[in-house]
Amino acid sequence: MSLIEVRNLSRLYPMGEEIVYALRDISLVIEKGEYVAIMGPSGSGKSTLMNLIGCLDSPSSGEFILNGIEVSEMDDDELADIRNRQIGFVFQTFNLLARSTALHNVELPLVYAEVDSETRRERALEALGQVGLADRVTHRPNELSGGQRQRVAIARALVNRPAIILADEPTGNLDSRTGVEIMALFEELSDRGNTIIVVTHEEEVARHARRILRIRDGLIAADERPPADERIDARLSSCPEG
Amino acid sequence: MRLGYELTEAVRISGEAILSNKLRAALTTLGIVIGVATVSLMGSVIAGLSQTFEDSLSVLGSDVLFVQKYDWTSKGNWREMRNRRDITLRHATRLEKELSLAQAVSVEAQSVGPVSHEERSAESATIVGANEQTAMVRGYLMEAGRSFSEAEVDGSRPVCILGSTLAENLFPRSSPLRNRIKIRGKKYEVVGVLEKMGGSLFFGGADDQVMVPITRFVSDFAYNPDVNINVKAIDAEAIDETRIEVRGIMRKIRRLAPGEPDDFAINQQGMVMDAVIQTGGTIAAGGLLITGLSLLVGGIGIMNIMFVSVLERTKEIGLRKALGAKQRTILIQFLLEASFICLFGGILGLLIAFPVTLLLQTVFPAKMAWPVVLAALTVSILTGLISGYLPAFRAARLNPVDALRQE
Repeated sequence: MSLIEVRNLSRLYPMGEEIVYALRDISLVIEKGEYVAIMGPSGSGKSTLMNLIGCLDSPSSGEFILNGIEVSEMDDDELADIRNRQIGFVFQTFNLLARSTALHNVELPLVYAEVDSETRRERALEALGQVGLADRVTHRPNELSGGQRQRVAIARALVNRPAIILADEPTGNLDSRTGVEIMALFEELSDRGNTIIVVTHEEEVARHARRILRIRDGLIAADERPPADERIDARLSSCPEG
Repeated sequence: MRLGYELTEAVRISGEAILSNKLRAALTTLGIVIGVATVSLMGSVIAGLSQTFEDSLSVLGSDVLFVQKYDWTSKGNWREMRNRRDITLRHATRLEKELSLAQAVSVEAQSVGPVSHEERSAESATIVGANEQTAMVRGYLMEAGRSFSEAEVDGSRPVCILGSTLAENLFPRSSPLRNRIKIRGKKYEVVGVLEKMGGSLFFGGADDQVMVPITRFVSDFAYNPDVNINVKAIDAEAIDETRIEVRGIMRKIRRLAPGEPDDFAINQQGMVMDAVIQTGGTIAAGGLLITGLSLLVGGIGIMNIMFVSVLERTKEIGLRKALGAKQRTILIQFLLEASFICLFGGILGLLIAFPVTLLLQTVFPAKMAWPVVLAALTVSILTGLISGYLPAFRAARLNPVDALRQE
C-alpha cells in the first residue's frame, strides 16, 4: 500500500462566469519514506496540490487515498482529525503562537489529539530535543532566532508522529545559511524514515530532495529522480548549531 | 473526558486573549457593568418596595375582615361611600351577637384630641374607642399592664391603654400604670401600655394612640360615631365563609332590600395585597424592560468586539484548524471569551450595585435579593453566549486555507 495515492484529481474554482482549473486530472503515487519536492512557479497549482495533500482542502473530483484512508469526501471535522494525526505542517512564516512558549507551541497538536498533559510534555520535550532545542523550551517565539523558530515549528510537525511532514517554502523567510541548516534537518529526518514533502519555487531547495515533481498549468510537467551526484546534501555544507 | 483537554486549552486561550487586551476588554465590559448594575438596582428597589408593601399589609392579619363604610380598593364611588349611613355602635353590637363563625369581634371608633399628664401633653393624639377584643384582633401585645376587661367595656369605665410612644412622652421616667391622665379634659386611669410596633406605610401605627372603652368613647367624645367592626375569623381558611355570614347579617341589620347594593364594605388584607401585587408586577416588568435595554446595548458591544477579536486572530484560527482543532473547539474558545468578559462585567456591576443599594436603604426601602444577584449573573453569561455566538460561529467555519493566507 502506498502512502499517498492520487487518481484523476481535479480542483477547480469558479471565477465569476468562468471556471478556472487549478489542477487538471492529476495522478500521483508517493511511497512511505520518500523525500519529495513539489516545484513550480506561482499560479502553477502547486499550492492547490499542497492544500489537497495536506487535507486543508477537498478536491472537486478524483480520489485521494492517504495512508489507506479515502479522504476526498470527508467533512470539515473529519479532515481536522486526519490533519491532526497524519500531517505535520511546516509553514514559511513559522506560524507559532506568539504568547506561548516553545513547549506549548509544540504540545498544541497533542492537545487536539486529546493526549494527557504528562505524555504531552514528555513527547514535546522529545521533539524539541530532536531539532536541537532542548535548552530553549521555555522561550517564547520573540526570544528565538528565525532558524530556531522554524525548528520549533518542525518539532511541532513531528510531535504527533505524522505520516507526512509537509513543508511550504520552509526556508523562504530565512537567510541562506540558516536555510541550509533547516534543509540539513529535513535530510536527517528523512534518513530516520520520515516521509517529507517540500513545496518550493527555489531550485536550490528542491535539489535536496530525492524526487522532484514539477507542476505547470495544473499538470505534472515532470517527475524526476535526480542521480545522487546532482543532489545537494546540506549536511556536507554546514553543521546545525546546537 | 474527550472534551477535557480541548476545554482547558480553550479556557487558557480565552484568558490569554482577554489579558493581552486588558483595556479593550475593560471598555467592552463597561456596557455590561452598567447594564447589570442598573438592572440589579432596579430589581433591588422593586424587591424592597414589594417587601415593604407586604410587611405593611401583614399588620392587618390575613384572617380579619374590616367592616366599614369605605372600600379600600377604590372600587366604589367616593362620594357615594361618604354619603352612606354611618355604621353605629348598635349595628356593631347586633352583628357581634348574631355572628357564629367569628373568633373575636373588635368594635372601634376614632377621634383626635389632646392627652396630658401633669405638665406633659400630646396635642393631637389618636383616641381610639375599643372593646375587650380589640387587642386580640389587632394583634397588639402588652408591654405592661393588661387589656380591657369585659366588665370595664360593659360598664364604660374611665380606663385607658397607651401606645408606646405616647407613654414615653407622657411618662419619661416612671411607669404610667395606675396613673391618671386627661384625655380631652376627662380623667382616665392607665391600665396598660402597648409594645412598640413601628410605623406602617399605609396605616398610622398604634404607637401614638390611646385606647379607651368604646362605650366610654361614645359618652365622652362622640355621641354617635361611625364605627369600624373588625371580625377575626376562626382561621384564615374560614374567612370566605365568615365574609358571607357578615354580609348577610349586615344587610339584615341595615334593612337592605334584596337587589339593593351593599351600603357598607367588607375589606380584607388579601384584596389589597392582590391589587398591590398586580400593580407592582406591572411596574416591575416595565422597569426591568427599560433597564434591560442597557444590557442589550452592552451585549451589542460584546458582539462587536468579538467580531474584531475573530478578525485579528484569523491566522491563529487557521493554524489551530490546520493542527487539528475542530469546529466546536474554536466555537467554545470564542464563546468562553465572550462569556468571561460578560461574567466579569456582571460581577463588577454587582459590586457597584451592592454599595449603592446599601446607600439607598438609608432613604428608601431597597433590598438586594439573592434571586436578583443570581439572575444578573445568569443574564450576563447568557448575554456573552448570545452575543458571542455569531462571531464564534463565523470563526469556527473559517476555511483553514483562507485563514492561513491572512496577514
